[in-house]
Amino acid sequence: MAKSIDVSDLNIYYGDFLAVEGVNMTIKARSVTAFIGPSGCGKSTFLRSLNRMHEVIPGARVEGKIVVDGQSLYDPAIDPVAVRRQIGMVFQRPNPFPTMSIYDNVLAGNRLNSKRMKKSEADSIVEKSLRGANLWNEVKDRLGKPGMGLSGGQQQRLCIARAIAVEPQVLLMDEPCSALDPISTSAIEDLIHELKSEYTIVIVTHNMQQAARVSDDTGFFNLKAAGQPGHLVEFNATKKMFSNPDEPSTEAYISGRFG
Amino acid sequence: MATTTPEDVGPGAPDDTAPDWSNTRAGVGDRVFLGISRAAAFTILVALAGVGVFLFVEGFDAFSLEPEAYAEGGGASTFLGYVGPLVFGTALAAVVALVIAVPLAIGIALFISHYAPKRLAGPIAYVMDLLAAVPSVVYGLWGGSALAGALKPVIGWLGDNLNWIPFFSAEKVAVNGRTMLTAAIVLAVMILPIIAAICREVFTRTPRLHEEAALALGATRWETIRYAVFPYARSGIVSAVMLGLGRALGETMAVAMVLPSSFLVTLSLIGESSPRTIAANIASNYKESTPQMQSLLIATGLVLFAFTFAVNFLARWIAGRSERRLAR
Amino acid sequence: MSTLQAPQAPGPSALHASLARPRLPRWAPAGLGLIVIGLAALLLVLGVGFGGSVALGALTYLVLLPTWSAVVEGSRAAVDRLVTSLVWGAFAVAMIPLVWLLWTAIDRGSSTINLEFLTFEMRNVIGDMQGGIYHALIGTLLVTLTAAVISVPIGVFTAIYVVEYGKKNRLSRLVTFLVDVMTGIPSIVAGLFALALFVLLVDPAYRSGFAGSVALSLLMIPTVVRSTEEMLRLVPEDLREASYALGVPKWRTITKVVLPTAFGGIVTGVVLAVSRVIGETAPLLIVAGVADSVNTNVFSERMQTLPVFIYYQYGLATDKGRAYAWGGALVLILLVMLLNLGARVIGRIFAPKKG
Repeated sequence: MAKSIDVSDLNIYYGDFLAVEGVNMTIKARSVTAFIGPSGCGKSTFLRSLNRMHEVIPGARVEGKIVVDGQSLYDPAIDPVAVRRQIGMVFQRPNPFPTMSIYDNVLAGNRLNSKRMKKSEADSIVEKSLRGANLWNEVKDRLGKPGMGLSGGQQQRLCIARAIAVEPQVLLMDEPCSALDPISTSAIEDLIHELKSEYTIVIVTHNMQQAARVSDDTGFFNLKAAGQPGHLVEFNATKKMFSNPDEPSTEAYISGRFG
Repeated sequence: MATTTPEDVGPGAPDDTAPDWSNTRAGVGDRVFLGISRAAAFTILVALAGVGVFLFVEGFDAFSLEPEAYAEGGGASTFLGYVGPLVFGTALAAVVALVIAVPLAIGIALFISHYAPKRLAGPIAYVMDLLAAVPSVVYGLWGGSALAGALKPVIGWLGDNLNWIPFFSAEKVAVNGRTMLTAAIVLAVMILPIIAAICREVFTRTPRLHEEAALALGATRWETIRYAVFPYARSGIVSAVMLGLGRALGETMAVAMVLPSSFLVTLSLIGESSPRTIAANIASNYKESTPQMQSLLIATGLVLFAFTFAVNFLARWIAGRSERRLAR
Repeated sequence: MSTLQAPQAPGPSALHASLARPRLPRWAPAGLGLIVIGLAALLLVLGVGFGGSVALGALTYLVLLPTWSAVVEGSRAAVDRLVTSLVWGAFAVAMIPLVWLLWTAIDRGSSTINLEFLTFEMRNVIGDMQGGIYHALIGTLLVTLTAAVISVPIGVFTAIYVVEYGKKNRLSRLVTFLVDVMTGIPSIVAGLFALALFVLLVDPAYRSGFAGSVALSLLMIPTVVRSTEEMLRLVPEDLREASYALGVPKWRTITKVVLPTAFGGIVTGVVLAVSRVIGETAPLLIVAGVADSVNTNVFSERMQTLPVFIYYQYGLATDKGRAYAWGGALVLILLVMLLNLGARVIGRIFAPKKG
């Protein structure tokens, strides 16, 4: 059920401000694609445009095409709500719903879309998703407890469980480890490895070692100059990116000479 | 490793549960919900327009009645003559109340935000909230039957010793303690918690860094407050005072229950007869509801509304202006 | 002499001496306070009068402490001491009316309140016959409840519009401004509005509990909108995004994620708004009228409420009237405090829990 994503000539605006300019890329199905680049270069903005989340910010709009599964995401007939059901997202900071238990948090996507289901069916979705997020063994005895009571790393894995419970085709992750300690980070990275057999994963990260560890392809975003829009400098297989990049500026960034 | 091209997992792929991308069911729910919310917002618009329109329609005639209709207002013959003394009385009561309440309110706010021991600050803030919640009719009751009695000697003393000040000179000093001063004190007690609550908020929100910088330079607590707290709080205090003023202008019961009043323009706060406020005039005359009288009362209500609106508007404007200045 | 040469010398070194300043002893403010209270008591015994001796005592304290401080500690510390005393004084002065008012209400009200007072009405009660506030209690509850039924949906949905949908568009900015204006409407003007409305729409002599509810709604809506708005803004944007990212439509995000998260705060705000209008007198006096027996139909006939009962009994200027007024006042104060306390408890119960 994983899907590939084709992006062509994508421009992203906030009001009149052009934030990201002219992105072209193909994100492969059942693989991990990482975006790296300095702060403010538009990686997260681009990621959010992949499931039309950036529209939540007033004034944000997009020119160009994103095609998933033969359908153009920005076609007027497309319902952004339906898009987000198919393309899940995990955020920078873990954000479980504070009023819900662990169990209800996992089911939130299904329940909030008012899907009726039997208790046994719900139980199996919860178990499957929590196992998928490597959290089952830690929380199976306290599924009724509030999700806010978990540790930061557990909360983030709960959010991943919540995202995969609706069986999306693509999973977007916006710096999922930036608020976590090293041990939780390694748990999430292991999880990403396991998930890629079933999902297309796109991850934004500030940590280049992380990009090298988890991803198959890497995209490097940068600003042309201060005040200029961000753009995609290079998109290549991760191995090539980190050993022999095509662009000198990629090499400069990766070897830490700027950014 | 799965490096499939788009064609491999195209729409025809067997494990594909072709998702319904253009789902419109949710759209209906959204539109209905937005419709309800927008209708509620419009209701407020209509209600407020209604207040203006109904008061205006019902009160409009009263601006130009036969001269004798205004006669009850101290022999006035025009609407302005009728409402003038009332406006004066309203303003006098409110201003005197402010003069009493503002220093105390700022003191209490400082006490809670900077001076009180941490353990006391919470309960005291709660007690001030309670003070704000006591109904005005109870304040009126207290003012009329307890405070008035206790103020008798004070008023007598003021009349004897300070009668060279216009506020304390009276042809006949009230013997029952029910004076403008009493009413103003009751009003002051009522608006005190309102002003104090806003000031407290403003004081606790001043940047902690500036305060610590002042302390680090060796300032005493008062100097810290003067140089690091007040400059930030000034517009907040002003708008708190204006809101308190708005409340004092519109207050009815406390004044009506404390003060036997008449159409009168005098600065004296301790005289036997005192100026009347608009609100108290409405409350004491509503029973004589001849249509003419009713519309006259409604017209004065309109004046009061305009008055408080202006004051509140000024308060918001001041608060908003400084917010914009700080945001820059 | 320097510190290095004489480490064993107990005398303060030049460096240390510059840090040590003469200070008043720690007990100075409290001790002086006690002395001044003693002086005031002496004045009282000498026949100066209660108010006079308190005022003279306070004045003495405000002069003595800064003077002493100025002599010992210098002028900056003296000013600090003066302001500290003033601030404490302001607090003490402000506590006087509250304590006085509560004490009076309990003292004079408690002797009036008994089972009959709470369960009797005032119909055909003359002279020293036992009457009660039953009709006023029923009226207050009905009128306030009706007002809440009108204002809570309008207020909450308006806040939802402004925070979730409006996003600073023209309508939401206008509504925010109008809510500000409404906050400043004097209660008597709200009463006049209801009067003018029903006089025009029904008939000039129309008085009912419902008209009172309309007037109270006008006062209650802005409080509800304000507090709900504040609570909705406290819900982190993260949660809305998390919900959108799961493909949940906006209205379901609002009803299932945002409102439950803000629920405790919204209920607290509503209860506080109720406690504010439950004691309103002026509008009810004008449009709900005065009555002496139970009326359970809010849409017709005059309806007595507790605040109006208090005002009316006070206006009788008889001993019994005053006693009844204080009895009613004590009941009203208890109601308001109960609501305030309830609001706090509710807020705590519904606050999102951890662990």
